[in-house]
Amino acid sequence: MERKPQSSFQDMILALHDFWSAQGCLILQPYDMRMGAGTFHTATTLRALGPEPWNAAFVQPCRRPTDGRYGENPNRLQHYYQYQVILKPSPSDIQELYLKSLGVIGIDPLKHDIRFVEDDWESPTLGAWGLGWEVWCDGMEVTQFTYFQQMGGFDCKPVAGELTYGLERLAMYIQGVDSVYDLDFNGRGVSYGEVFLENEKQMSKWNFEVAETGALFDLFAKAEAECQNAIANDVPIAAYEQAVEASHVFNLLQARGVISVQERASYMGRVRDLARGSCEKYAEVMAPQWQAKYPEWSL
Amino acid sequence: MSDFLLEIRSEEIPARMQAGARTELEKLFRREMDAAGVAVGELTIWSTPRRLALIARDLPEATEAVSEEAKGPPVGAPDQAVDGFCRKLGVERGDLEVRDIKGRETYFAVKNVPGRAMTGLLAEAIPAIIRDFSWPKSMRWGEASISTESLKWVRPLSGIVALLGDTIVECEVHGVTSGAVTLGHRFHHSGDITIGGADDYAVKLRAGHVIVDHEERAAMIRTGAAKAASDAGLTLVEDEGLVIENAGLTEWPVPLLGRFEDDYLDVPPEVIQLTARVNQKYFVCEDGQGKLANAFICNSNIDPVDPAVVVDGNRKVLAARLSDARFFWELDRKTSLSDHAKKLERITFHEKLGTVADKVERVAKLAEWLATEGIVPECDPALARQAAELCKADLVTEMVGEFPELQGLMGGYYARAEGLPDAVADAIRDHYKPVGQGDDVPTAPVTVAVSLADKLDNLFSFFKIDLLPTGSKDPFALRRAGLSYLRLSQENQLELLLSSAARAWGDAFEGSLGLRVADFLFDRLGVQLKDEGVRHDLIQASRAWVAGSDTDGRLDRVEARARALADFLRGDDGTNLLSGYKRAANILKKEDWSAEPEHTGDEDPMENVDDPEMREVYAQLSYTREAAEKALIDALDEAEPQAAAAITGEDFAAAMAALSSLRGPIDAFFEEVTVNDENPSKRSARLALLARFRAAVHNVADFSRIEG
Repeated sequence: MERKPQSSFQDMILALHDFWSAQGCLILQPYDMRMGAGTFHTATTLRALGPEPWNAAFVQPCRRPTDGRYGENPNRLQHYYQYQVILKPSPSDIQELYLKSLGVIGIDPLKHDIRFVEDDWESPTLGAWGLGWEVWCDGMEVTQFTYFQQMGGFDCKPVAGELTYGLERLAMYIQGVDSVYDLDFNGRGVSYGEVFLENEKQMSKWNFEVAETGALFDLFAKAEAECQNAIANDVPIAAYEQAVEASHVFNLLQARGVISVQERASYMGRVRDLARGSCEKYAEVMAPQWQAKYPEWSL
Repeated sequence: MSDFLLEIRSEEIPARMQAGARTELEKLFRREMDAAGVAVGELTIWSTPRRLALIARDLPEATEAVSEEAKGPPVGAPDQAVDGFCRKLGVERGDLEVRDIKGRETYFAVKNVPGRAMTGLLAEAIPAIIRDFSWPKSMRWGEASISTESLKWVRPLSGIVALLGDTIVECEVHGVTSGAVTLGHRFHHSGDITIGGADDYAVKLRAGHVIVDHEERAAMIRTGAAKAASDAGLTLVEDEGLVIENAGLTEWPVPLLGRFEDDYLDVPPEVIQLTARVNQKYFVCEDGQGKLANAFICNSNIDPVDPAVVVDGNRKVLAARLSDARFFWELDRKTSLSDHAKKLERITFHEKLGTVADKVERVAKLAEWLATEGIVPECDPALARQAAELCKADLVTEMVGEFPELQGLMGGYYARAEGLPDAVADAIRDHYKPVGQGDDVPTAPVTVAVSLADKLDNLFSFFKIDLLPTGSKDPFALRRAGLSYLRLSQENQLELLLSSAARAWGDAFEGSLGLRVADFLFDRLGVQLKDEGVRHDLIQASRAWVAGSDTDGRLDRVEARARALADFLRGDDGTNLLSGYKRAANILKKEDWSAEPEHTGDEDPMENVDDPEMREVYAQLSYTREAAEKALIDALDEAEPQAAAAITGEDFAAAMAALSSLRGPIDAFFEEVTVNDENPSKRSARLALLARFRAAVHNVADFSRIEG
């Protein structure tokens, strides 16, 4: 069946899958945990470490509790999708590949003004930073393009290129609609709103008003303890999951407005310690395997 | 002679780094050519987002052959010395010549450096330039980045064109091989462009839809944007920073005008302009009345098939941003500034200095005091307090959360919207001023009081907890606060004692904080006046006089004194008086005159010479003064009260003029009088007279601090 990426949200995703699959990427599925960005997927963070080549593409649902607007804002959602591509080492034609991928979803660079505008990326939480751009399409940021330089406090050897497409805003642009809820989801008349509007309403209410904060504080403490337990027992992937969990619970607590300005920095520091500790342990546990395959390589 | 073309291509270079990169490229190229002894004439340097280019005209085909000789150690010197000499010059020991120098056999190294072909030299220079290139931020990439030793560049390096005349200069950097082939515009030109040499480079790129000269692109944007505006019956709001930035974001700039919905014009114009500029890099326009129009100008990097499509896309993005801004504007106004201000209790100003609300209360107290004491003249204390209490309230508004640069300005808008007095709204709006060198200095009394109080609170607060600027670090911007304080007090001719201000602020240590801050501000004053050509030592001379007296911290006086002193020392009277002063001071120092007089029971009758009524009496008691002594005494008798009166009246120029009357008498004194007389009473009387002269000068300024 012919894909219609310009009139169907799901066909746009499938077109990107087809394209990146043809470039040799593994097409992975979303990580089965709540997380704030595709970068948190282990296929990005943990795989950015170490010497082995790694090429993958996947959709990751992102949860940003404080961005919820009860379904009333046409651009803001507490739950949305990112399309993430990670290419390690970064290929020399990565920009050209990216532009071709825009072509397959219907963006013609002679009709639309595509620009690479400086935007460096830093995540203190992950001990990570990189240089790159935000990619503009007629003035709208449609993709974050980053060359990872460090992850978990370690130099990336080699450097991975990360592409993060904002799927809803790209689709809104391509389909020419002003509200995310008006997107055609399947090209046969089912709208994004039919799929997600009720979800946004209920989840916004839960995030901002309902979630029991005592239980959330409890969850945070348990995730933190479990992360440390996993690190101590040399299972850093499990530890990392608990760090991701703690990070999301912290975001929920923020949405509930129960973390004061003073406490905020301290919570962020705790999440950072968990994430970094997990990455460090991962590098430590994996280093012998990596060095066995790449004798010249060191952390 | 041949022209040399170098093009270094990379993935998009941040716009803000391109000017620096051009300078760096020129510097490194000149460095390499200097090292090779090649004279470099005219250089042309261009940049686009995707390339740096250099054209050097008239390079020689080869460097000249040079014969270098170096004299080494004598024959028989220790091996280490001879080997070291060889290493230094890069010659083998067997190649050394032995010559007779004044009867000693001495080693000589003779190196015949043949002329080098320019191509070979450039082939080494290009990799060196690229390796040593310094970027504000650089990165590794690709397969080679498996080692952290791999090349770092601003973004991945993608190509090198190097042509001397029409010959390729062959070299390789990080797997990139030089050649004659470049790329045109990313979208408007497909395929390679082969460059023939320096002369056809810009032309061929132009045919490939790339304007390589950044100045030309800037001019296209400047005139194109102005034309787009005037075609729509509007006037462009000029913004040279935006011109440069857009020139750095495009290889083929096409300014396009679009419109946004009229409704958004309810939002303050500064907000619209800032949103357009910062987030989208758009220009804005004004209508015939100078009011912001509902138009924006974006700069496309393509000549679009249908400009309306590009414009409409940009319009939507801007509309979404303006919609956010309007939402904030409406939401913020639902809460009064005084209610916003209550939320400042939840924001820590600094862990040792309490919350922002605490800070606001300190500023309010100080602003009120400045008004009540009349230090800021014609300022209503109640208004000063009100404005100060609300001046930071906008920090917790949504709009300032989104656009921190609008702090103050938004507070002013919100104050006016809720009907507060103009003086209060203006003070809230302008109390951060003056921010930089060129910024306006407030003159409205309430604004001056709040602004001054804000700066003083920053200074007192961080000095109190000893968080002072060190070296290049000034995390709390105290140097800037100091400079702003100076400009405020200068512009408004304020007379403020820092020690009393510190007491009013709440310093428990009786003004010692004020003195420390005064010290810091003296340094700032020094920096400021130095730029105007007033030497630092003159400020020290004017400051030393003030320190410790009850006028401490009156920076306005120090400044006026230093300026008058600088003027005075520019003339003959000043320089001659200074040399007379130095001579007197040297003698007194040599004689240790400053030491406590010994109490022998037979005190020098001149000891109390400062009592004017007793002077004559004492003079008669001792001995008959020589004419030059008498003349100096008379001159001092006249000059001292004049200078004192002038200083009381803060007329420092007149004080200097009074001193200048001492020039002739002191010169004559040294000419005709022997200080070191055999007669101890004469000697001590003359030393006392010199001390009196020195004191008279010191009362005007501490000349001992003056250099030269």
